Amino acid sequence: MKLQTPKAFKTLVVASCMSLLSVTGAVKAADSTAPIVIPIHNWSSQVVMAYVIGGMFEKMGNNVEYVPADSQAVYESIRNGDVTISHEVWQSTFGKSFYNAMAKGGVIDAGTHSATTLEEMGVPTWVIEQDLCPGLPNWEALKDCHEAFTTPDSGGKGRWLEGPQSWHGDTMPDRVKALGLDDKWTVKFAGGADALWTELAAAKKEGRGTIVFNWTPNFTDADGFTFIEFPPYTDGCRIEDGGDGSCGSPKGWLKKAANYKFPKTHPAAYTAFSKLDFSTTQIGQMAALVDVDKMDHKDAAAQWLKDNEDVWMPWTK
Amino acid sequence: MIEALQEKKYLQFILLLIIFIFLCKVIAPSDTNWLWRLPPLLKQFPILIKDGIDYLMFEAWPISVYDPDIEEFEQKPLMRQVTRAISGFVLFMIEFVRELMLGGVKTIVSFTSWDWATENKWARWPGLPWTVVAGGAAILAYSLNGIKLALFVGAAFVYIAVFGQWEPSIQTLSFVLIAAPVAILLGLLLGIWGYKSKTVETILNPLLNVAQIVPHFSYLIPVMVFFGIGDHAGAIATIIFATPPMVRLTMLGLKKVPPEVAEAGLMSGCGNWQLMRRVLIPTARRDILIGVNQVIMQCLAMVVIASLIGAKGLGSDLLIALNRLRIGLALEIGICIVLIAIVLDRMSLAWANKQTDYFADQSFKERHKHLLLFLMVFFAGVLLAWVGSFFFKEGFNYLYLIPHNKGITTAGFWQAGVDWLWDTFFYSLKGFNEWFIVDVLIPIKNAYLSMPVVATFTLAMGVAFIVGGIRSALIVGALLLFIALTEWWDRALITTYLMSVAVVISGVIGIAMGTLCAQNKTTARVLLTLCDTFQTFPSFIYLIPVMMLFGVTDTSVLIAIVIYATIPAARYTVEGLRSVPESLHEAGSMAGVNRFQRWISIELPLSFPHMALGINQTVVFALSMVIIGAMIGTDDLGQLILGSLSDKDGVGNGLILGICVAFIGLAIDQILRTWANQRKAALGME
Repeated sequence: MKLQTPKAFKTLVVASCMSLLSVTGAVKAADSTAPIVIPIHNWSSQVVMAYVIGGMFEKMGNNVEYVPADSQAVYESIRNGDVTISHEVWQSTFGKSFYNAMAKGGVIDAGTHSATTLEEMGVPTWVIEQDLCPGLPNWEALKDCHEAFTTPDSGGKGRWLEGPQSWHGDTMPDRVKALGLDDKWTVKFAGGADALWTELAAAKKEGRGTIVFNWTPNFTDADGFTFIEFPPYTDGCRIEDGGDGSCGSPKGWLKKAANYKFPKTHPAAYTAFSKLDFSTTQIGQMAALVDVDKMDHKDAAAQWLKDNEDVWMPWTK
Repeated sequence: MIEALQEKKYLQFILLLIIFIFLCKVIAPSDTNWLWRLPPLLKQFPILIKDGIDYLMFEAWPISVYDPDIEEFEQKPLMRQVTRAISGFVLFMIEFVRELMLGGVKTIVSFTSWDWATENKWARWPGLPWTVVAGGAAILAYSLNGIKLALFVGAAFVYIAVFGQWEPSIQTLSFVLIAAPVAILLGLLLGIWGYKSKTVETILNPLLNVAQIVPHFSYLIPVMVFFGIGDHAGAIATIIFATPPMVRLTMLGLKKVPPEVAEAGLMSGCGNWQLMRRVLIPTARRDILIGVNQVIMQCLAMVVIASLIGAKGLGSDLLIALNRLRIGLALEIGICIVLIAIVLDRMSLAWANKQTDYFADQSFKERHKHLLLFLMVFFAGVLLAWVGSFFFKEGFNYLYLIPHNKGITTAGFWQAGVDWLWDTFFYSLKGFNEWFIVDVLIPIKNAYLSMPVVATFTLAMGVAFIVGGIRSALIVGALLLFIALTEWWDRALITTYLMSVAVVISGVIGIAMGTLCAQNKTTARVLLTLCDTFQTFPSFIYLIPVMMLFGVTDTSVLIAIVIYATIPAARYTVEGLRSVPESLHEAGSMAGVNRFQRWISIELPLSFPHMALGINQTVVFALSMVIIGAMIGTDDLGQLILGSLSDKDGVGNGLILGICVAFIGLAIDQILRTWANQRKAALGME
C-alpha cells in the first residue's frame, strides 16, 4: 500500500501532463470558439454572401455572429476588432475607407475575388432603345443630347445623378469639366443608393432620360443597364493622381478584408476565407435568389450552399 | 428721432433691415475680403479632436492585457478597457432580455465560455413560443389597466407575429427595453439634480440644447470608437438621444410643484429622500410622464439609425427592404415599430398611474391571479407549440415562431398604393414642383448664399439685441462666430435656408391644424396620437414615395423635413390653446365676440408664448432632419456629416459639423425663448 501511492500519483501526474500537452496542442491547431463577427450591410448580394460565408464557417465548426453595420464605417470596426471580416470591399466606393483603416493599422487584405466590378455613370437600357441620346453608350454622344436629361434644378443643363460625395469625391464633376461637357451637363450628388434606385424607377415611369451612377454586379442588371463608355482609364489619369481627369472608371477589384488577429485566432477559418473566391456569376446567383425568387436572405444562403457544395467545400479543406 | 426709435420696436427692425440691405449691396464677393467670408481659423480643430480621441483610445495609459486567443500580451490603453467593460455589461443585459424571449446561447456563454458552450450543444435556452409572449404581455396589460389595454396589446403582438416580423421585432424590443429605462432613470436623476442645484441647472441647460439638436449621425462614429459596434452601441447612442427631454421635463415638473405641497410634506416629517419620492415626484407626475412618453418615442425613432452601428432587428431589415425599393415591406416594418412604441407608451403610462390598494384583504388566489393566469397561458402555449411540431413539417412551426417572410404580407397592396399615388398625382405635381424649385427655392437659396458674413452677423445680432438686449446679442454672435470660423460657413447657410423654409411651412400647417383640432377633445386626442405616430414612424419609408413624386431635389428634402417638423408646432398649439382658462372664453363670449374674434383676440395672444416654444421645437426638429435630407441629396452640413462616416478624420469632422448645426439652433433658440419669456411676463403668465 505504502509503495503504491506515489506510483499512482506519478502516473496521475504523467497522465495529466500528457493530456495537458495534447489539449494545448489541439488548441494550437484548431480555431478559437469565440464567434467570428460578420457584418450585414443593406444590399442583397452582400447579405446573402454574409450568410453563405457564415454557413461555411459553421460547417467547419466555428461560432458565427452577424451584426448590422454601415458599409463605410465598418472598416473602423474591423480595425478595432469589433467586426472580424468584410467580404465585399468595392474598389471605388469603399477603397478609400478600406485603405484609411489599413493605414491606421489593424486591417489586413485577405485576397481578391475573381469577380471584377465596374462602377460608372450609365443609363437604363430603354433610354438607348428609345434613342433619347443617339450614339450612346459612346460618351461623345453626350455632346448634343443634354435637353433630354434636364431637371427643374439643373438650370437647363443635363443632369448626372452621382452617388454621395463621400463615395468618390469630385471625380465626376472633374470629368465633366475635363471632357468639355460642363456647359451642357451638371453633376448632382444623391444622398445614397436608395435615391439612385428611386430615380431609376421614377424615370422609367415617366419615360424621361436619366444618367445615374451605378455598378455591376447589381440587381439593376436584370432590368437592363448600360454603362457609358468614357475614354479608357489609365494609371494617373485622374486629377488627384496628376492627370487631367478625362477618363472613365477602371475595372475594379472586389476584395476581402479581415482583422489582423483573425489568422492567429481562427487559422483554419482564415485559410478558408483567404481561399474563398466568388465570380460575378456566383454573386449574381446569390442576389437573384433574393431579388428575383423573393427568398429570405437566410433561406437563399442555405439554398446556395446546398446547390454549390462542389464550389465551397474545397476552400474549407 | 432717437426717442421714437427707443420706444417703437418696429422702427428698430426697419432700421436694422436698412443697414442689412446696405451691407449686402456694398460688400462684393471675394475670397480675400474678411467682410465677405471669415478665414477658416478653426480648420485644425476637428483634426485635434480626432487626434485626442485616438490618443485616448489607442495610446494613453497603456496596460498589459493577456489575449488568450493569440497567446500574447498586448498593450491596451486603459480607457478602452473601461469603455469596453461598459459595452460588455450593456450587451449582456440586452442579450439576456432577448434570449429570454427568442432563445440563444450568449447568456449561458457569459457565465461559462464559448469553449464550454460549443462542447455542450444541449446548453441552449429554447426561447418562448410567440403565443406565450403575446399572452404574457396581454396579461401584464390587463393587470395594469384592465381589459381594453390588454386587448390592444394582445392584438399588437399577434399582428407582429402574424406578419412574420416576430424575430426582428423582439430583437428591437429587447434593446429598447434596456435603453428606455436607463434613459428614463438617468433623465430623472439628472433632472432632480438640476432641480436641487442652480449651478447644475445652468450647466445642464445648454448641454441639453446641444444634445437635442446635434444630429444623431454625428455621434455615431465617436460612440463606435468608444464602445465598439453592436446592440450595445446602438443602445448607448439611443440613450444619448432620448435622455434630454426627460431631464428637461423632470426639471420643469419639479419646479411647478407649489411650495405649499413641499412644506406639507416637510411638516409630516419627510426626510429628503421621502420628500422627493413620496411628495415631489408624484405631484410632478404629469410632466414627468410626458418625459417618459418622449423617451419611448425617441428610442423607437432611433431604431433605424442605431442599426447603422449594429443594433439588430427591425431597423436593419428596414434599410435592406428600402435599398430594393420594397416600400410595402418597409411599411409593414414601420408599422411594427410604431406598434411597439404605442404598446410601451401605454403600458408605462398605466404602470405609473396604477394606485396601490393598501387595505385590500385578498386571498392567495386573488393576489396571484395574474401569475396563475400567466402560468396557464405558458403551459397552453408550450403545449400548442409541441402539438404544432407534429403538424408543420416544412421545418418551421407556426405555433412556435412564424419566420420572417413566411407570415401574411400586404406588401403587394401597399406597393400598388404607391403606384396609384404616382399615376394619379405625378403629372399635376410636376408643374408645381418645377415652379416651386425655379421660382421659390433657387432664388431663396441664392439670396442666403449672397449674404456677406458681416451682414449676416449684423442681422442676427441686431434682432437678438432688439429682442433681448446686449446679452442675447453677444450669445448669438459667439455662436455664429464659431460656425463662421470653420470652413463650412456656406454649407451652414444652405442648412439655414432649408431649415427656415421648412419652419415657415411647418409653422403655418402646424398652427392651423392645432387650432382646428383644439376646438374639441376628441379631435385634439386624434391629433396628438397622429403626432406620436409620425414621430416614431421611420422617415426613411416616406422618403421613397416622396422622391418618386418630386425627384432628387430640394422639394423632396423639404417635404421630408416638414412632415417631421410639423409635429411640435401642432402639439404645442393644441396644448397652448387648451391651457387658456375657460373663464376667459366665457368672459369673451359675454363681451359679445364671435368665435373667430375670440380666437384672434383672446386665445391666440394668450397661447402665443406656448406656440413660440412650439416653433422653437420645430426649429430643433427641422435641424435634426438635415441628415435625412442628406440621404436624399443636399449640399449642406448634413451631407458632410453623412460623409464623415468614411472620412479618416471622421470623428472630429462629424462632431464639429454636428455642433455647427446645434449652434444654428441655439442662436434661434436664444432669440425665440427670450421673446416668449417676455411675452409670458407681459401677460402675467409666470
